[in-house]
Amino acid sequence: MFTWVALAALILFSGLSYFAGRRRAAGLQGAPVSLHSLPGYHGAYVALWAGVPAALLVLLSAGFGGPLGEVLVRAAPPAAISSMDAFQSDVFFDDALAMSRGQQASETVYEGPQKAALDAAITKSRLISDLITYGTLAAAVVLALSGAVLAYPRLARDFRARNRVEGWIYAVFLACSVTAVLTTVGIVASLVWESLRFFHAVPIQSFLLGTEWDPQIAMRTDQYASAGAFGAVPLFAGTFLIMLIAMAVAAPIGLFSAIYLSEYASALSRSIIKPLLEILAGVPTVVYGFFAALTVGPLFRAGFNALGAQLVGGEFDALGQYLMQVQNQMALVAGAVMGIMLIPFVSSLSDDIINAVPQSLRDGSLAMGATRSETVKKVVLPAALPGIMAAMLLAVSRAVGETMIVTMAAGLQAKTTFNPLDTVTTVTVQIVTLLTGDQEFDSPKTLSAFGLGLTLFVVTLGLNIIALRIVQKYREQYD
Amino acid sequence: MTDATQNSARALDLRTRVEARLKARNASERRFRLYGRVAIIVALSFLAVLVGRIAVQGWTTFIDTQVTVQVYLKPERIDAADPSLANYDLLVAESVLASVGEQDDDYGEASGKVMDIMSNDLGFQLLRQVKADPSLIGKTVTVTGPLKADAALYFKGAISRSTDEADRKLNDRQLNWLDKLDKAGAVKRGFNWQFFTRSDSTEPEQAGVLGAVVGSAMMLLITAMLAIPIGVLAATYLEEFAPKNAWTDMIEVNINNLAAVPSIVYGLLGLAVFINGLGVPRSSPLVGGLVLALMALPTVIIATRSALKAVPPSIREAALGVGASRTQTVFHHVLPLAMPGVMTGAILSLAHALGETAPLLMIGMVSFVPGVPDGFTGAATVLPVQVFIWENASERAFHERTAGAILVLLAFMVIMNLAAIIVRRRFERRW
Repeated sequence: MFTWVALAALILFSGLSYFAGRRRAAGLQGAPVSLHSLPGYHGAYVALWAGVPAALLVLLSAGFGGPLGEVLVRAAPPAAISSMDAFQSDVFFDDALAMSRGQQASETVYEGPQKAALDAAITKSRLISDLITYGTLAAAVVLALSGAVLAYPRLARDFRARNRVEGWIYAVFLACSVTAVLTTVGIVASLVWESLRFFHAVPIQSFLLGTEWDPQIAMRTDQYASAGAFGAVPLFAGTFLIMLIAMAVAAPIGLFSAIYLSEYASALSRSIIKPLLEILAGVPTVVYGFFAALTVGPLFRAGFNALGAQLVGGEFDALGQYLMQVQNQMALVAGAVMGIMLIPFVSSLSDDIINAVPQSLRDGSLAMGATRSETVKKVVLPAALPGIMAAMLLAVSRAVGETMIVTMAAGLQAKTTFNPLDTVTTVTVQIVTLLTGDQEFDSPKTLSAFGLGLTLFVVTLGLNIIALRIVQKYREQYD
Repeated sequence: MTDATQNSARALDLRTRVEARLKARNASERRFRLYGRVAIIVALSFLAVLVGRIAVQGWTTFIDTQVTVQVYLKPERIDAADPSLANYDLLVAESVLASVGEQDDDYGEASGKVMDIMSNDLGFQLLRQVKADPSLIGKTVTVTGPLKADAALYFKGAISRSTDEADRKLNDRQLNWLDKLDKAGAVKRGFNWQFFTRSDSTEPEQAGVLGAVVGSAMMLLITAMLAIPIGVLAATYLEEFAPKNAWTDMIEVNINNLAAVPSIVYGLLGLAVFINGLGVPRSSPLVGGLVLALMALPTVIIATRSALKAVPPSIREAALGVGASRTQTVFHHVLPLAMPGVMTGAILSLAHALGETAPLLMIGMVSFVPGVPDGFTGAATVLPVQVFIWENASERAFHERTAGAILVLLAFMVIMNLAAIIVRRRFERRW
C-alpha cells in the first residue's frame, strides 16, 4: 500500500518536473543561438532525476525491507531464549514477527522471562519496520527534491539535454540485455547450489552410476541414514528409451514431410500444409499428455492384449502371455505421442535447412539428367546433412526435456530396460514427482530433483551448443 | 555379320537397357514422392485424430442437465436457530422420491441412492435460501441445480442400460427415477454456462474453469508486462546499438541457448530463486508470471531481432541523414516499422506461455483452488494445470471436464494465434 502511494506521488512529481523543465527550456529559446536540444528533452532530463532514483529506492525497500527487518530482529537473540533449540527459537521469532504485523501466531505459550522477551522482540520488530518505512519515505523525498532542484538550474541553451536523456536510455537498454544473462546465471547458480547440497548427502558417483532409484519420503529431518537409494541410471535409461521411440516416429515422418514440402509441393499446398503443421506444434504439451494417457494408452493396451490372446497357446505362447499383461503406461505410448509432438519441430527445422541449399546445386543435378528424387538423395541431402543432424539433435534435446507427456503417460517405476512395452520413468517425471506438493528443503529427496535438473540442463545445453555450432558452420559454407 | 548390324544390335541392346533403367528410376522417383505424401498425410491425420478425439470426449461438457425439484422444508427437521445443521440433501432426496411416487425405506437406502444422482448443490442452495429468509421453513421451495455427474452422463448417453448393471455407476432403479423425472419435465438440458461461471470443485458437476481462466489471465498479464518491454528493449539494444564484441557475442549465444532450455528447468529456477530465495508466495500468479516471463524472454528477443533486421538500412540512413540521433532514429522510425513483427512474436510467445504446464507444477500451482484467485499473491491455478489436475482425478465425469477444459484452452490458443496472423497480414510491410 505504502509502496503504491509513494510511487504514484513520485510519478506525479516527476510529471510536474517535466512540464517545469520544458517550460523553462521553451523560455530560453530564441535568436541568435537556438537550443541544443528540443524542450521535451530538457523536461525529460529534469523528470528523470526527480523520479527515477527515488522510485528505485522505494522499490528496493518494498522488495528487501521486510526480509532485512526480519534479519535484524533475528540477529540478536535475547538471553531468555538461549535455552531453546534452533527450531523453538525459529518459532519464537516467527511469532514475534507475526504478532508485530498483527497476524496469526503459532499456538506456543510463552511464560515468564520468555514472555517479556517476546514483547521486547515485538516492540523491536515494530520499531525496525517503522524505521525502514519512514526512513525510506524521508530518503525518497530528499532524493526526489534534490534531483529536481539540482537538475533544473542546469538547463541552458547549450545544455546537451538530449545526450543526457539518451544516456539514461542506454542504461535501461543495458539492464534489459543483462536480464537474459542474469537468467542463465540464476539457473546455473540455483541448480549448482542445491545440487551441491544434494551431493553432500549423496556422493556424485553413486548418483550418476548407481542403478537403484528409490527416493524415500523423509518423514523427519533426522532420517538421513534411512533415506533411499539415489542411483539415477534407471532414469537415464528410461529417458533414453522414450527419446529413441520418439525419434523413431518423428525423424522419418518429419524429414520426409520437409523434403516433400520443399522439393515437391506446389506453393498452394505448401501454404496450406505448413500452417496445419504449425498448429500441431502449437498444441500445449498437457493436451498431448491427456491424449496419450486416455486415448493412446488404452488403445495400445487393448491392441497388444488382443494380439497376446491370439498368440497364447500357439508357437509364441510366452510372448502371448506377456502381451496379455501389458499395462497402459508403457514406454511406447509416451514415446509415440512425443514423436507426434516432435514431427512439426523436425519438419520445420529440416525445411529451413533444405531450403538453404543453393538452387544452383539442384539445377546442376537436374541438368545432368537426374530425376528429382535422385537430386534429393545424391545432392540436396548430402549438402544438408550436417544441418539435418543438428535439427535431429535439437529434437533429441526437446524429447529429453519434455515433461508433461511423460508425467501423464509414462509410469513411476524406475527400471533399467529397453523393452518398449515395459513401464519406465524419466528424469523429468521424477523431478515433477519429487517437487509436487509440500516439500522439505533439507531432505536429499527434494534436493535430488535439483541434481536431476542439473544433469538435464547440462545434457540439453550440450546438445544445443553442438547443434548450433553445426548449423553456424554449415551456413558459412554457402554464404 | 557386318560391323553395321553388330553396331545397331549393340545400340538396340543399350537402348533397352537404358529404357529399363529409366523405368526403374522413374519408379523409384514415384516411390520417393509417395513416401513424402504419406509422411504429410500421417502427420496431418495425427492432428485430425488428436483434435477430433478431444472434441468427441469434451463437447458434452458444454451441455448442462439441470433438475428442478420442489422441496418441502419440514419444520421438524430444521432448527430455525441454526439452520446450517439440517441435512438438506436428505430433504431434497425425499422430495425427489415423493415426486417419483416412492418413499424412503428405514435404512435410508433409497434416499442415499437419490443423493447419488442429485448434486449437493441443491442442498447448498436450500441452506442459503433458509439462512437468508428463515420464514421459508415449513413452506415448499423450488430449487434448480445440476444433476450429479454420473446421472448427467446417463442423459448424455455415456452410461447406457445395455451395460451390465454391476458394471455401471447407476443401477436400474436410479435410471428409472431419472427417466421418470425426465418425463415429468423436471430435467432441462441447455448450454452449460456454469462451466464458465464456477471454479474448481471436488464434485465434477459443479466444477468450472472460471478460476483457472482468471488465474491464466492474471499470470499472462505479469508475463506480458515483464517479458515484452524487457525483451523488446534488449533486442533493440543488441540489434541497433551494441558494439560487436565478445560481451555482446556472449549475450547472443546465451539467448539462443536459453530458448532451448527445457521449461521444467525454469520451474526449478523459480522454486529456488523466487520462492525460497526472495519469498514470493507459492502458487501465486505473481511467481508463475515471473517464471513464464523468464521463459518467454528469449523468444521475444529472437522475434524482435528478426523484425528489426527486416527493416531496410535505407530507413536508418535517411533518418540519420536529416540529423536524427541514433536513439531518435530507432524510436521514431525503426521500431514503429518493426512493430507488426514484434507484436506477432510477442503474441505467439504469450500463447506458448499460456499452454505451459511443467514449470508451474514446480512452483506449487497444482493445489486445489476452489475460487477465483484473490489478487496477484493469492493462490491460483491456471488452465493447463487445471487440465492436469482433472486428468488425475479418478471420476469418469472429470475426464469429460478435462477434455472440455482443453477445448477452452485450445480456443484461447486459436484466438491468440489468429490475432498474431491478423496483425501480420494487416500491418506487415514488404520492402
